[in-house]
Order: sequence, then C-alpha cells, then structure tokens
Amino acid sequence: MYVYDEFDRAFLAERVAEFRDQVNRRLAGALNEDEFKPLRLMNGVYLQLHAYMLRVAIPYGTLSAAQLRRMAHVARTYDRGYGHFTTRQNIQFNWIKLENLPDAMAELAEVGVHGIQTSGNCIRNVTTDQWAGAVPGEFDDPRIWAEILRQYSTLHPEFTYLPRKFKIAITAAGHDRAAIKVHDVGLRLHRNEAGELGFEVLVGGGLGRTPFVGKSIRPFLPVRELLSYIEAIMRVYNQYGRRDNIYKARIKILVHEIGAEEFSKAVEAEWAAIRDGALHLTDEMIEEIRSRFVYPAYEALDDEPAEFTAAMADPRFATWFANSVHPHKVPGYSIVTISLKPVGAPPGDATADQMDVIADLADAHAFGEIRVGHEQNLCLPSVARRDLPELWRRLDAAGLATPNVNLVNDIISCPGLDYCALANTRAIPVAQEIAKRFADLDKARGIGRLHINISGCINACGHHHVGHIGILGVEKNGQEFFQITLGGRADEQAQLGTLLGPAVSYDQVPGLVEDVVATYMELRSGPQELFVDTVARLGVEPFKERVYAAH
Amino acid sequence: MAAPQQQKLKVNGPVAVTANRLSDGVVVWRTAAGGWSTDLADAAVVTTAPEAIALLESASVRHTDAVGAYVAPVVVVEDGTVRPGNLRERIRVAGPTFTLPGALGADLPAA
Ligand code: HEM
Ligand code: SF4
Repeated sequence: MYVYDEFDRAFLAERVAEFRDQVNRRLAGALNEDEFKPLRLMNGVYLQLHAYMLRVAIPYGTLSAAQLRRMAHVARTYDRGYGHFTTRQNIQFNWIKLENLPDAMAELAEVGVHGIQTSGNCIRNVTTDQWAGAVPGEFDDPRIWAEILRQYSTLHPEFTYLPRKFKIAITAAGHDRAAIKVHDVGLRLHRNEAGELGFEVLVGGGLGRTPFVGKSIRPFLPVRELLSYIEAIMRVYNQYGRRDNIYKARIKILVHEIGAEEFSKAVEAEWAAIRDGALHLTDEMIEEIRSRFVYPAYEALDDEPAEFTAAMADPRFATWFANSVHPHKVPGYSIVTISLKPVGAPPGDATADQMDVIADLADAHAFGEIRVGHEQNLCLPSVARRDLPELWRRLDAAGLATPNVNLVNDIISCPGLDYCALANTRAIPVAQEIAKRFADLDKARGIGRLHINISGCINACGHHHVGHIGILGVEKNGQEFFQITLGGRADEQAQLGTLLGPAVSYDQVPGLVEDVVATYMELRSGPQELFVDTVARLGVEPFKERVYAAH
Repeated sequence: MAAPQQQKLKVNGPVAVTANRLSDGVVVWRTAAGGWSTDLADAAVVTTAPEAIALLESASVRHTDAVGAYVAPVVVVEDGTVRPGNLRERIRVAGPTFTLPGALGADLPAA
C-alpha cells in the first residue's frame, strides 16, 4: 500500500470544498452549464443518459480495505447499491445526484480517493499490472514508477490543457497485463545487459476511432531519466499535436503522421536540452517514494499446508483454484482473482454488500489490500495458501467465486446504451446473453483462454479492437448492429483484430459467437492451441465461411 | 453516433423536447405549460421543425432547471398515449434493459 501524506489529504479536502462551491453556484444559477461542465469533468463527473456518473481513480489499481469499504458506503448511501469497475482501473457510480456529489466526494476524500485525472485533456490515472509487487519474476514494482509519474503529472500546469487526454501504462513483468501497447505511452520496465533498470518506451498506441499499436521509440531508458524523457514527449506532443480536430488530436495520430522515427528524433532533441535539469531523478527521490510502499509482513509458510491439501479433494474448490489462483513470488502465498463476471450479470459490477465482503476478506486474509485489473475483475494480491479454502467458501457464499477468469464468459464490456450518452448500441445485455450460452463452465474450460470485448460505439471503451473476439456496436437505420473482429490481443503481442464480415443484428450476435467458437474447436491443432493462435495460424477466412454460411 | 444534441434537427413525425434535471440528472420532458415533467405523458408533442425549434428555445431560457435539452422522437399510439420513439429514449424512460445488481435498484423510481 502507498501511504499518502498530509499534503495530499489537505489538498483533496480543499478540492472537494472548491467543487462544493462550484455545485452550489451552478444550482443557484451563477454558473451556466457551459461554464460548469469543464469543472465537473475535471472532478470525474459525467452526465449520462439518465443520471450523473462519478468516476473515481484507483491509482495503479491498488485499494485498501478501508477505501473499498468507503466505496461500498458511497454506493449504498448516494447511489443504487453498486459500483462498476472499469477497464481503466477506475470505479464508476452511475446514479449519484449532483446535489449529493460534494458529500459523496468528501467521504471518498477522507480515505484519499478522488476523481481527479479521470477526465479532461490531462495525463490520466497511470495504470499498471494488477499483480504488481506480487507476481514472480517482476523486474521491479511498477507502482513505484506509476506513483512518481502521478506526483509529477497531477495538476501539472503545462499538461492540464493538452491537445487531448493522455494515458500512460506500465508493466514490469514478462507477460503484459497492463495493455501498454494500446496506450499513448507504454512503459516496459526491464534490465539491460549490464543489469541496470530501465524502460522500453512505446508511443502512439490507442484504440477508439483510429486504433494503433504503439511503436517503440527507445529500447532502454535508465529509470532516473523517466520524468525528463516523458516531459520531452509531452512537449513534442503539446507543440505538434493537432488541436484543430478532436479526432486527430491524440498522440497516436501525430506519431502516425510524422512516423515513429521522426517523432523519436524530435523527442531526443528536446530531451537533450532538459535531461540533466530538475527532472533528473536522484536515488534519494526514488527511495523516498519506494519507502512509502509498505509491503506485507510475509511469514515463512509451506506451499502445501494441510488445510489446502484437504480442500483440494473438493472438486469445486480445486476447479476454482486452477482457474482463479496464481503463484506468488513468496512461497506459501497466492494471487487470487475475484471474478466480477458471474454468468449473466453485468460485467465488472459489484454490489455494496459484495464490496464489504471483499474488504473484510482482504483484512482477514490479504493484508488489507485489493487490486483492480483492466479486465474488470478484482484481485487479492497476497493470500496465504492455508487461507485459500476459507477465503473460497466466503467468496462463494457472496457469489464471487465463479471460476471463469480468462474464459469465454469473462467478458469485458463497456456500459453501452444502457448508460452512456454516446452509445450506438447496448453492450452489457449482449455480454450477458453470450455468457449464458457458455454457462456450462466445464465446456468453457475446454475452450480455454478466450477474451471477448464489447464496445457500444467506436470510442472503444470496451477495447473491442484487442479482444480475441471483438464486438463493436454500430447503428443501421436506427437498429442495433454489431461488427465482429477476430484475433485481436492486448498483451505483449498486441494486435488489432481483423473484421470477420458484414455486421449482424442484435439477436444474431450470441449465435454467431457460438459458431465462431465451434469453428475454433474443430480447427484447432489441439487443446493447447489457444483461440487467438488458431486465428493467427489460419486467418479469419475459415471462420467467415462457416459463420456466414450458417446465418 | 453523435449525441442528439449535436445532430441536425430533422422532424418527420411527432417529437418532444427532453433534458436531464440539473439537480439529479433525472430525465425530464418539456410541457406545454413551459415547465418540465418527469412523466412523458405530460410532454408537449409537436410535429413540425419550427414548433420543435420554438419548444427547444423556450426550454433553454432558464438554465437552472434542466441540462442538455434536445428534440427526441416519440410515438403517439391510438389512445393518445405518448411513448419513446427509439431505443435510446426507451432506455432513458425505463432505465437499463437488464436487472441492476444493487438490491436498492428495484426500490427506486426508474428515472
Ligand atoms: C459516460 C461514459 C463514458 C464516456 C462519455 C466516455 C467517453 C469516451 C470517449 C469520447 C473516448 C474516446 C476518446 C478518444 O480516443 O479520443 C473514450 C475512450 C475510452 N474510454 Fe470512455 N467513456 C465513457 C465510459 C467509459 C467506461 C465505463 C470505461 C471503462 C470501462 C471507459 C474507458 C475508456 C477507454 C479504455 C478508452 C480507450 C480508448 C483509448 O485510450 O484510445 N470509458 N471514452
Ligand atoms: S465505447 Fe462508446 S458506448 Fe461504450 S462507454 Fe465508451 S463512449 Fe459509451
């Protein structure tokens, strides 16, 4: 956990007081909507179809039990008893009244939680691997570097009015769980041959209307140079980024238009001028941040304690263990993913009661720490293996132990037309119906790892371009239609999916997905060949032939 | 799809003016009396572009009641009942098309 200091808390309290005043002035008519809208957006407040929505950042996806409990309280007191965990490691409350927002924010601020940097053309909440600090084989804890970037970028005057929003993601493990290649800047922490720690720097990735996979502009940046180099990137972007056209304003368009090489040259030139200046990180600064991350007091424990071995005789526990539990860097401990995808439920939603249960379980079994991943699931990063049976029983009782992590019904879906004012089509009910078609989890396990991503419009909040199966809602003559892509992926081999064929109607989507999966089951070289690898080997043609012949 | 506020006004059938109530975001409809109602049945329904524009302009005079007013299609059925004219408006009137996870969801008015 990161320990915030008094400055942060005082700042947040001031910020809430300021927003309270702005809300009062808006309600009294002293501010009109044009004046008020940018102010509310800077605090994470959107107006959706039928209510205001508050988006709250969960920096690098790390939450304390106390923070989660407070979120449950806010959901219960000011909202309709649930919250939605998003693909950007945020939580959204969908029904808060404007007049209650300052109170809700004040309660969240008391535990250090806020909506700053979740909206607007600034550097957004920096995201990272939800297993940071716990997964074996990591080069360093990426949250240290996310926190350094957070402190540097929060309310940075030069970066408050960028041409467009700016998203940074960091990974420090061999397997990228932070989707760094589809961010404006992606940072891959690793060691060079001399054993020094540094970043590979990627720029210009992104989804939305014009999707791109990020391009590497520097294979190795020593960690001490992180801020000066990012500043150089931001300056180049700030200077050359297109402010004239909102659809061309993201850095990905600039990088695409001038080419990664030219962009890199401009950055290097800018960097040469500032690299030895005030932004050079000293060991003391880095240690100061590092020292604020408090790690669990791990005990020396057995990897196969008696409680665990006994529980493995229960096939339900064993199934959950095989699906949702991952090895930890410390012997005797595990990383536990909590599926927020019970079959048929809205993906990523948790009720206030469930949040309380998870907070209690985190206190009892996981050093009071919870993580949020971009897959819209939660995670307990450090659980002693002897505690797993008890944890599982309690998760199961709360409907939080569906063993479907990374399976076909672990669907990532944006809110779509059921909430979002920009949507063409619904997304959540599509996810629910597909999940139900694969409700037999034994069968789903037989299919193996398969990520379905759904967005209700081209903004791609559901990351459909990088879904193994991507589903994008489009409108045709006032009806909901969906384009299907295959073969996208968001990890270290990031790739955009290929269009399967003509868009299909709402009712046809679940059947089409079933046909795609059936085709894969026939064509795969064996159970070890994942869906996305079969698509890579054969292309979309064989799928297209089968699927459209059937429809 | 651009939000309706950003689209060119096309009137080819009955329409009403709708917005979100400033204080809580609840969906409201412009009434013939020049107020706002949470009940679509109270909405002023017009069928020509000039009428729709006049209604929209009247709705935008006071900015402390409602936010983001726009012209939305409605359907008038035989007995005179007014219904939302497309899926988006149906969802705005009736709420999300699936059961909300929160137990409290069921107790509150849909909007
Ligand atoms: C009222 C609700 C929302 C609005 C108005 C909204 C708006 C937008 C817009 C306009 C974009 C495109 C930006 C661009 O590329 O220029 C976008 C992208 C994105 N949004 Fe949302 N969004 C909403 C909800 C969400 C939710 C619920 C999530 C998380 C599940 C989310 C996560 C993202 C992500 C990850 C992108 C990725 C595109 C990228 O970075 O290139 N948004 N959103
Ligand atoms: S992808 Fe479109 S429909 Fe989905 S949340 Fe984003 S803006 Fe809304």
